[in-house]
Amino acid sequence: MIDVQQVSRYFGDVIAVRDVSFHVEKGEIVGFLGPNAAGKTTTMRILTTYLPATSGTAKVAGFDVHENSMQVRRRIGYLPENPPLYQEMRVRDYLDFVAKIKGVAPVDRKKAIVDVMGKTAIDKVENRVIKTLSKGFKQRVGIAQALVHNPDVLILDEPTVGLDPNQIIEVRELIKSLAGNHTIILSTHILPEVSMTCQRVVIINKGSIVAQDSTDSLTKKHAGGRRFTVCTDAPFEAVREKLTAIPAVDRVEINREGHEYTTLVVESKDHDVRPEIARTIIENHWPLYEIKSEGVSLEDVFLDLTTSEEGAAS
Amino acid sequence: MRNFTAIYQREIKSYFSSPIAYVVIGLFLALSGLFFYLIVSNFVQMCMRYDMQAQYYQMAPPKLNVNMMAIRPILHNMSLFALFFLPLVTMRLYSDEKRSGTIELLMTSPVTNLQAILGKFMAAAALFLVMLAGTFLFIIFLFFYGKPEVGPILTGYLGLFLLGLSYISFGVFFSTLTDNQIIAAVSTFVFILFFWAIGWVSGFVSQSLGELFSHFSLIEHFDDFAKGVLDTKHLIYYLSFIFMGLFLSFVSIESARWRGR
Ligand SMILES: Nc1ncnc2c1ncn2[C@@H]1O[C@H](COP(=O)(O)OP(=O)(O)OP(=O)(O)O)[C@@H](O)[C@H]1O
Ligand SMILES: [Mg+2]
Repeated sequence: MIDVQQVSRYFGDVIAVRDVSFHVEKGEIVGFLGPNAAGKTTTMRILTTYLPATSGTAKVAGFDVHENSMQVRRRIGYLPENPPLYQEMRVRDYLDFVAKIKGVAPVDRKKAIVDVMGKTAIDKVENRVIKTLSKGFKQRVGIAQALVHNPDVLILDEPTVGLDPNQIIEVRELIKSLAGNHTIILSTHILPEVSMTCQRVVIINKGSIVAQDSTDSLTKKHAGGRRFTVCTDAPFEAVREKLTAIPAVDRVEINREGHEYTTLVVESKDHDVRPEIARTIIENHWPLYEIKSEGVSLEDVFLDLTTSEEGAAS
Repeated sequence: MRNFTAIYQREIKSYFSSPIAYVVIGLFLALSGLFFYLIVSNFVQMCMRYDMQAQYYQMAPPKLNVNMMAIRPILHNMSLFALFFLPLVTMRLYSDEKRSGTIELLMTSPVTNLQAILGKFMAAAALFLVMLAGTFLFIIFLFFYGKPEVGPILTGYLGLFLLGLSYISFGVFFSTLTDNQIIAAVSTFVFILFFWAIGWVSGFVSQSLGELFSHFSLIEHFDDFAKGVLDTKHLIYYLSFIFMGLFLSFVSIESARWRGR
């Protein structure tokens, strides 16, 4: 549905996006993840035909964003970083205007607007002037605007920004419910958002893609294997010495040294070293209170990828 | 066509849902009305004076031409007021879209830049037409007192309308250049003023240069219209001026897209 081949975009000397290539299947939800100034917005603007790329090609629904931009525009719904709202208009009039310029046929317009207001739960404010709405509601009107012509592809730039926790959950549910019928790309720098809503993630940093994979396999592959928290009662140095001696253990770090408990973090590349840890502690006659396996979070993957990139660059 | 209409209607609604349309129309009519009153009362006094002199010398009173002596200066005054007010009408057309980010909606919708520019241009033109229609009521007033010729009045209004469209087309252009409405309005004003002023200075420079200057002057071309003379030369001048403004707007939007502004 979306095919991006070696797209770059320069702003003068600044390279905002460098040789980015990725592919999104029909019905997928893909998360675009990256720190500030990574190039997420720029990439999305290229896909929505707002910005031309300096080089490379991008296709949406089989149409080139440059050569067939009108065909692409008919098929996309776009929520920019700042929702594009005409502040002095009423919600309903605004959606009517958007439906018109998106090419919704006059007979379908009324129904399309009612449907989308229902989906985004803004039907109660349909006659309010947009500038009088709260930030969260403005954001919803922005989402409604992107959906009103029932586009094949949805491109959402930080859709949950400025919402309260309940609304965030609602919007995520909304996005998930749209998958299947729509192909969705959303950008965010909130990691849990990606693991919660997206099937696949593209991690971008300083204009380049540093990883792309399904959310599950990415967490398995990266961040240096597995991690365990061990709670015992013994001098830290002594425990560390013994645990580091286990062949599969890579690293042992202190988490907290109390006068009763010592908590350590043990890392191993690919082994579940819990039995060995338990045996070592028991053999040394130390008390064992707890061994816990810490799942690797996307957060770790992200930090790992984005900071190692930084290290390589400097 | 549907896109053009959608944009045109949205702009019109937006004018009338903010104070701008009312303020501009109101002030334009008030100023034009005031000057109308001054010019007409001056004209009436002059007529009376001539009448009295004629009686004194026992001659037939001279015929004074309302069209030349009253309507022409009124039209000239209105062309100046339009210069003050039309930049305020056009300043938001693109600047506001840029500032608020709605330009991203516009430029990612299946609307061509030409449709958008023309929709906005026509909306401002329609507002100007309303302003002119208001002043037409004053002119009708003259028919109660004298016998002005209708043809020259309509020609004069056509000229005024074309002159206004010239302001508006460059107003659209300057509004594509910045997200700041004040800057858009001021640059439109200064630019148009320049094209007025080269008419004034044409008297102070060498003859050939002076002719060139007055050929480009917005206001030189207007005087024939105000006198009631319709000349294709002037028509072509205004139409090319308008075309130029719209063309530059188009170029500016496209190049802003490439530069990422
Ligand atoms: N119009 C522009 N002119 C000049 N530089 C730009 C422009 N737009 C983006 N950039 C630069 O390109 C880089 C990428 O910006 P972009 O907005 O794509 O980042 P982002 O990933 O969306 O960041 P954020 O999470 O803060 O929204 C930044 O260094 C930015 O300064
Ligand atoms: Mg961004």
